Amino acid sequence: MTALSHHVGRDPALPDPTAPLTATGNLRRRVAVSRLISILATASAVFAVALLFNVAYTVIQKGAPAISFSFLTQNSSGLAGGGIANALLGTIVLVAFGALIALPIGVLTGLYLTEFASPTSRFGNALKLVLDLLQGLPTIIVGVVVYGLLVASQHLETGFAGGIALAIVMLPMIARSSQEVLLLVPNSMREAADALGVERWRTVTGIILPAAAGGIATGAILSIARAAGETAPLLLVDSIYNPTQTQLNLFGHGVPSIPMFIYTTYDLPTTSALTRAWGAALVLLTAILAANVGARFLLARSRAKMGAR
Amino acid sequence: MSSRARPRFRLPALPAGRAGQSAGAGTGDRVLYGLCALAGLLAALVLIEVVYQVIHGAGPSISHFGIGFLGHSAWAPNFGIFGAAAAIYGTVLSSLMALIIATPLGIAVALYLSMMAPPAVRTIVGPLVEMLAAIPSVIVGFWGVDVLSPFAARHLQPFLHSVLGFIPLFGPPQTTGLSVFSAGLVLTLMILPIVAALSRDLFLTVPTELTEGAEALGATRWEIIRGVVLPTTASGVAAATVLGLGRALGEAIAVLQVIGDGAGIHSSLFLPGISLASRIANEFQTPDNKLDIPSLFYLALILLAIGLTTSVLARWIAGRFDVHRTLA
Repeated sequence: MTALSHHVGRDPALPDPTAPLTATGNLRRRVAVSRLISILATASAVFAVALLFNVAYTVIQKGAPAISFSFLTQNSSGLAGGGIANALLGTIVLVAFGALIALPIGVLTGLYLTEFASPTSRFGNALKLVLDLLQGLPTIIVGVVVYGLLVASQHLETGFAGGIALAIVMLPMIARSSQEVLLLVPNSMREAADALGVERWRTVTGIILPAAAGGIATGAILSIARAAGETAPLLLVDSIYNPTQTQLNLFGHGVPSIPMFIYTTYDLPTTSALTRAWGAALVLLTAILAANVGARFLLARSRAKMGAR
Repeated sequence: MSSRARPRFRLPALPAGRAGQSAGAGTGDRVLYGLCALAGLLAALVLIEVVYQVIHGAGPSISHFGIGFLGHSAWAPNFGIFGAAAAIYGTVLSSLMALIIATPLGIAVALYLSMMAPPAVRTIVGPLVEMLAAIPSVIVGFWGVDVLSPFAARHLQPFLHSVLGFIPLFGPPQTTGLSVFSAGLVLTLMILPIVAALSRDLFLTVPTELTEGAEALGATRWEIIRGVVLPTTASGVAAATVLGLGRALGEAIAVLQVIGDGAGIHSSLFLPGISLASRIANEFQTPDNKLDIPSLFYLALILLAIGLTTSVLARWIAGRFDVHRTLA
């Protein structure tokens, strides 16, 4: 067949079969636009990651010189120096107290939404709206509210008020994430239990909660990590305390915390104080990012487990 | 319902444990239901308490200044002069700026993560972007003071002034960088991961039949995005940006650190300003006047109204999408 060869004259309306396969004209423009968008999107992702690394690098670079064994184990001595041991313990106590309140209420609220409220239930839908509104609440308002509720009457800032404020911050996160995870539990499990005549509360405590435990724990860890870094509410209800003392009792006085330590130490007029503030920031950021990574692994594992059933 | 299904004829032969359980059938269910409903009521009660406390605390200021509080820009606690206009202006300006930058950026990141990134990159970059949202605001704020504001003052402000100086927003550059502009940039960092993560999750829900159909028709990647992906998720993405806006409007600490605590209303972004949340955070500990705290509660009431409105708006826009920030 020599009909397609160059030597023979061919119909000029047909495309040249020997032409290289590259786009021309309109298609060329469309491909170029598409490629430009791809490049822009990739650059945006690179930029977002670079932002994270820039913040992390800044915190490490400015905070690492402060990190030492004594920085973690000594109490702060105000302007003179010292460590963050009491602030660290205070944050742990505050967050634990907040979680102790928010965790049961949050998980039970999630259970109510998935196990008891029908999709058309008026209270159930109102509750979902309430949780969304609580989650969208600026945390400074939580501080204002707890101030009005617990601090204003006696003008006494307490760790108790701080813990309650953190509980209000955590509650909607825990409730919403519990609800989401509980929805992932296959309905066939509930139906199987119903078919066997198992009472609803036994189904919930014996089958549904164990199946969802990993996911609920993930939500709890994420909300705890979030609460540990909250500054705004603590600034209003738990910022007056003796910065050099360890306070493990939440009542009657303020309890020191890492975010408040960072916030107040940064403003002290010495460079060593500045380094200590960044050092505390490094400790806090490391803990929070580690908690996030851990929560992710936990979630992936529990998802895999649920899928395997 | 389970008790109805239990066969009656076995009653006499039942062992003790079984009989006891049978007698108490429904009690456990009722207890669990009661506990769950109680928890839900408590959550609802928290919201009611929030609204009540804020209105109650603002009472003296509301009765003293009335609605005119919203229109006055002066804020001089020593002289008993309070007005919210400057703080509202600073809040809206910095948040809108963050929204305008973070929305296209966040959608672009989401498009990359959902449609372009290889799976290995996606599983690493996705969580990294989300971690931006996990950084505590006090740390973001000090990063803003030490790194971002000097950079803005040295490079971004002069550049924008020389190119866009004819717009009053981009006035003469300032030396410290502490400004509404820096607050907007810090807020951009804080809402970018929210917009990006939520949009990515939405883009991943677009049915592959639609995208592959478009691809089979010869659409380029951008045409698939513009013609299929964005239209099918538009309302969800809009809701995600409104959620980001809500976060920006209510941020107190990070904004306080970089906004410069300036007075009055200025057209230039490069001058210091103040926002509702940051003014509350700044002055709550040191009231100068008996109307100071009630006026700060009044600011909180305005912020609460704005916050609740954005949340409801986001839900309303989202429509069939269940968009909310679990991670952010």
